[in-house]
Amino acid sequence: MSSAQIEIQLIASLVAVACAIPGTFLVLRKMAMISDAISHSILPGIVIGFFITQDLNSPLLILLAALTGILTVVLVEYIQKTGLVKEDTAIGLVFPALFSIGVIMIAKNANDVHLDVDAVLLGELAFAPFDRLIVSGVDVGPKSLWIIGSILIITIGLLFSFFKELKVSTFDAGLAASLGFSPVVIHYGLMTVSSVTTVGAFDAVGAILVVALMIAPAATAYLLTNELKRMLIYAICFGVFSAISGYWVAHWLDASIAGSITTMLGLIFLIVYLFAPRKGIIAVLYREKQQRTEVSLLTFLLHLKNHTEERERHVNHLNEHINWQKVRSKTVLDLALKNNMIQLDKNIVSLTEKGEDFTSQAIDYIITNEDTQIEDMKDDFFLFRG
Amino acid sequence: MDITEYIKLVFTDYTLRTITLGTAILGAVTGMLGSFAVLRKQSLLGDAISHAALPGIAIAFLLTGAKDSNTLLLGALVSGLLGTFWIRGIISKTHLKSDTALGLILSLFFGFGMLLLTFIQKQPNANQAGLDKYLFGQAATLLESDVWMMTIVTSICLFVLLLFWKEFKILLFDADYTKTLGFNTKMIDILITSFIVLAIVLGLQTVGVVLMSAMLLAPAAAARQWTNSLSVMVFLAAIFGAFSGVFGTAISASQNNLSTGPIIVIVASIFVLFSFIFSPSRGLLFKQIRFIKNRRDLQLHKTLAFMYNIVESHENISHPHAIKILNNFQGYTKSTLQKLVSKNYVTLNGGMWSLTEEGFQAASNLYNQQNDNNE
Repeated sequence: MSSAQIEIQLIASLVAVACAIPGTFLVLRKMAMISDAISHSILPGIVIGFFITQDLNSPLLILLAALTGILTVVLVEYIQKTGLVKEDTAIGLVFPALFSIGVIMIAKNANDVHLDVDAVLLGELAFAPFDRLIVSGVDVGPKSLWIIGSILIITIGLLFSFFKELKVSTFDAGLAASLGFSPVVIHYGLMTVSSVTTVGAFDAVGAILVVALMIAPAATAYLLTNELKRMLIYAICFGVFSAISGYWVAHWLDASIAGSITTMLGLIFLIVYLFAPRKGIIAVLYREKQQRTEVSLLTFLLHLKNHTEERERHVNHLNEHINWQKVRSKTVLDLALKNNMIQLDKNIVSLTEKGEDFTSQAIDYIITNEDTQIEDMKDDFFLFRG
Repeated sequence: MDITEYIKLVFTDYTLRTITLGTAILGAVTGMLGSFAVLRKQSLLGDAISHAALPGIAIAFLLTGAKDSNTLLLGALVSGLLGTFWIRGIISKTHLKSDTALGLILSLFFGFGMLLLTFIQKQPNANQAGLDKYLFGQAATLLESDVWMMTIVTSICLFVLLLFWKEFKILLFDADYTKTLGFNTKMIDILITSFIVLAIVLGLQTVGVVLMSAMLLAPAAAARQWTNSLSVMVFLAAIFGAFSGVFGTAISASQNNLSTGPIIVIVASIFVLFSFIFSPSRGLLFKQIRFIKNRRDLQLHKTLAFMYNIVESHENISHPHAIKILNNFQGYTKSTLQKLVSKNYVTLNGGMWSLTEEGFQAASNLYNQQNDNNE
């Protein structure tokens, strides 16, 4: 590994961490799409900043662009407050307009500006190590490393000092307000951090892919845990892992680093989405199937309790009367047998003592409208789940 | 270049005619379908789908090696639909919210698309140039065959829209009721979403991945301000969309260095801004005027009511009082007093005012009305 490679991976990892922290809160506050809007609408800010400073890495440019980001949030909220359109429409109207203004400004000044829309949107991490920061003649490292490093330090500082306030206002805005933390200040603080991070990261990974680094790790972490601190840590780990592995994939394919980092994020999300132990798609589908069988079982037991006559309790009758297919009836019957709820005598089904108990309790809960209690009851009665 | 000359050019110049027609048709169809997206609160779906279409374009190119726009758009359609259904899967099967799902699919698909595009660019095959026009769109590359394609798709959309108008409408406003009536809501839902995806994919070549969502939203959001009826809204949105296309093309053709996509979006945004401000029933301007008028009326009523309270204690209602006693009262200004005079409720005599019979009646009725309203 050359030193340039190490520097690229370091920058990518720092960007990933810097994005994952505000990203987690954006996902929890249901404001993920705001980050998309910000990442597009900072373009005019970057262009104006570039006209003034002629340097993509100048702090003034970052400040101006971040201001445009906050302007976006303010505009979206203003339009939403007028009640003329819904919030999502407001977002969808504001950022393309601002972005178009940026594109037109670049196009009109194409001759004297060395700024490319592609570069702003997509970034190029591979060039980052060539732009060095030189302090009194000494080369102290790439500029982007310093920029994203300082943004990260500020973000972490803010996170530690306002963790409690952020947590309360994210999960219970009303409580936060009544405790005296202004939700408005926290909201705009978060928006400012997101804007600054987006701007600081755009020339490394590109504006659109900043969105991926903000949302994807947080969303993946959210599928694995319900605890804020863990979610932050998981999100940071996923971000850093994709940053480094993405770099090597890009190296191998000779393609865009930002693109392959996002693709790694996508793969991780896909794996977690499918296999997450409790909230993954497979677990959810399995649980749904289990619940369907258990509801059928309950229906079946209630039917048995209602009918004393043998004709109604014959195995074959299940298929006709309750209108179940053969497979379904068999699953339900097996489950009931395994749990000692019923006994079979010459194809006539009857409830055991345990089955009687279970069914009467279930009826009680259904009558008193406490259906949710049945779920707890199942733990007491069932030896095997559906 | 003056306007008549330009209009003449539109009819004679092949390229300009194709582009103008293409953007107009595109604007009309996106406006039409965008109305449904806006009303279904799926405004940002367009943004997500247009980004999600990018890897489809790249994969279609990798597989076929052809740059024929129909093949590439077919790839975009498949990948856009895949993205849409994944979004729905995430929302319905996990606890992630719709905004997270949209942002996820948008950025992940787009990133994957970028990976593929840069990968293609490094390939020795020299045919790849021009794929990145799908990022920002290039109306100048529209061919007559593309316009025909758009026309056909628009006619199909229009036909299906009219055929299932009742179903679309009822699903839009009361999904549960639709279900109880026995309609297959899932099918209607998939149908309308697929058409939205189709419209977005059609526009990719002209306005590009990044700005496509605005084409979908802006005409519909503008149209929404002028009417409360769905059919009028769809019609208006189509017209706004078509005009954005035509004006946008005209402006970008008359200047150097202006790409069509962003200009069309700006024109559409101006339509929205105009509608937000000047729409008679919902617009901000008329709302503000109504607000000020109500406040004036209220001040007038307050002054009148205050006078009534004073007058009530006297036997003669026209007994004159000094204007000075009104001075510390909130609703009182010189203009409200003048207005009361002009309404013939009050007569002025030097520094004194007195209530007329008419004014007394109005003031007592004012109270009654207020009481009625409170009850």
